[in-house]
Amino acid sequence: MTLIGLAIVASIVVMTLISPWIAPSDPTAAPPVIDNPLRAPPSWEFPMGTNKLGQDMLSRVLCGGGVMLQVAVFSVLFCFLIGVPIGLLASYTGGVLDKTCSLVMDSFYAFPGLVLAITIAAMMGRGVVNMALSIAVVYVPSYYRVVRSQVLTIKELPYTEAAKATGAKGRTILLRYILPNVVPSIVVVATVNFADAILTAAGLTFVGLGVGIDVPDWGWDLTKGFELLPSGIWWVITFPGIMIVLVALGFTLIGEGLSELLNPRLEQ
Amino acid sequence: MGLRSYIIARVLLTIPMILLLLSIVFIVIRVMPGDPVALHFERRGSEEAMEEMRRSLGLDKPLYIQYFEYLGGLFRGDFGKSMQDYSPVGEQIFSAFPATLELAIFSVLIAIVVGILLGVRASRLYNSLQDHSIRAFGIIAYAIPVFFLGMILQLIFAVELGWFPTGLRTRPTMEPYGLTLYLSEPAGGLVTVLLWSFPVGLICWALCFVLLKRKRVTLWPRGFLLSLLVFFAGLILWTLATWYFMSTGALHVTTGLFTIDSLLEGNVVKFVEALKGLCLPSLTLGIVLSGVFIRLTRSNMLETLRVDYVTAARARGLKERAVVYGYALRNAFLPILTMMGLQFATLLGGAVLTETTFSWPGLGRYLVARINYRDYTAIQGAVVYFGIIVALVNLVVDIFYAYLDPRIRL
Repeated sequence: MTLIGLAIVASIVVMTLISPWIAPSDPTAAPPVIDNPLRAPPSWEFPMGTNKLGQDMLSRVLCGGGVMLQVAVFSVLFCFLIGVPIGLLASYTGGVLDKTCSLVMDSFYAFPGLVLAITIAAMMGRGVVNMALSIAVVYVPSYYRVVRSQVLTIKELPYTEAAKATGAKGRTILLRYILPNVVPSIVVVATVNFADAILTAAGLTFVGLGVGIDVPDWGWDLTKGFELLPSGIWWVITFPGIMIVLVALGFTLIGEGLSELLNPRLEQ
Repeated sequence: MGLRSYIIARVLLTIPMILLLLSIVFIVIRVMPGDPVALHFERRGSEEAMEEMRRSLGLDKPLYIQYFEYLGGLFRGDFGKSMQDYSPVGEQIFSAFPATLELAIFSVLIAIVVGILLGVRASRLYNSLQDHSIRAFGIIAYAIPVFFLGMILQLIFAVELGWFPTGLRTRPTMEPYGLTLYLSEPAGGLVTVLLWSFPVGLICWALCFVLLKRKRVTLWPRGFLLSLLVFFAGLILWTLATWYFMSTGALHVTTGLFTIDSLLEGNVVKFVEALKGLCLPSLTLGIVLSGVFIRLTRSNMLETLRVDYVTAARARGLKERAVVYGYALRNAFLPILTMMGLQFATLLGGAVLTETTFSWPGLGRYLVARINYRDYTAIQGAVVYFGIIVALVNLVVDIFYAYLDPRIRL
């Protein structure tokens, strides 16, 4: 399962990286420059058809992963940088700090994620980093929760007690004894989070908060193709949509496989 | 701790959560860099126009006063005024919410039924081909963007096949007070009657099969003839019902849930029209949500099916169905219930996208429309409303959970 997921993700990443060289035409060139038939169905010349502006969908599909993958990577990175330190510190210290952090995180967690991301993105404006930040805010609580539950268990384990007894400082215990044991579960959360981030990014683009017109983007193609839907034009949405499903599927498979590896309770 | 004191404690805990949530929204929209009024004008408005708007919406006061006015207003059910048309946001939200509620209820029902049935089946046939395909379905359902699925379903069933209305809550003419128009067209009415008598007849037919199987009547030929009879009876009944209700006029909106409104009126035809509009959106959202339920039901059932009391029930010779649904599922149900509470937030997030895809006139579409107008007071109102609803639903689920499982109260 993990391997299939890895294969899907790796091939899409490679495809996106080498796309400038393999794409048959410029994915962002607009009508004055290009002279293609508009809204042409798939044919030998345009294997995936053309969109409203006559741009070749195959080229757009090949190049379109960049924005989404960047947003996902950045948002997971932000989540990691915000969620893990807060979780470690708050749950290790305990007391009032832990209680307040938990309450704040719980209220974030209970909030409809997409709605929160939409609000923040609407306030921050367009751009990859802004989009990543607004997605990160939604998913920080899940990192915090995982870290917290792990720290609370590890804190009571004999080797931590032993370290404390030998006079190790709080910082040493946190970084040397606790952090390494928390990492595996964070990795699982992060992979599942990748899929969620991609889906949320697609959703944000769909409600009109995407990165923009100048870059090829699957989410943007879906949004634009949606307007053509009533006239039965299926090729503009189908191919970018399938790519998004594949990326999300890849990361979900990796996450599932890893979590089964970590707690093999269902193995007989 | 008794149930009552648990409820009190839980309610008391909800208050700071809601307060915190309101503050988060306030901070995001008003305090964080990015002036809503300036954003609304997109740097094109004159300084006077912006001042004017700030003054009339009370955005020129110091932040802490704004904050208390905002909280006080919410307490009275006042969500402020819209930047777009200066009308009260609260009214717009309340009139949009029933559509979202209807969509949410139906999609949760679909998600739970599909999720539990498939999940139970997968766990019973552990590691078989069916198990693997059900798991694959669950994972794909999780990975598919809800609006992409919505577009595909719309493309196939509404645009190509024309079975369902494209992107409206019902047919255009069935918008409240408009049903008369559509039903008075004899040809359109008759075609619809014929189209819809088939599914109804088929359902009768299927029901008949199930009933006959129980009573061990031979399926062929007597059973077949009987179901054929029921099929035609259903067809005729439905035609009669349609002709009878044709002249009864527009839908009278009382609750805002069209399915309930039409039933309150006792009008079967309007009910079916309402269901028809609801079909694709709730199916879309339901399928996407069912992925989580399939996974959860499957893993929980795998555990409970191995527990001693299930083996004991089997050993006593109970029917497999009774063992699986009566013993195992019952005990696997608690985690599923918790998940429902948690999924409610996801559900509302998905509803925003589904409503946009199907032009469903609910709160989510309101929110998206207001984002395009850059109407920040309305955005704030809608988001706050979403948050409060989720907090309250979680409260109810938790209390229900405590009622079912006494251990929680400890």
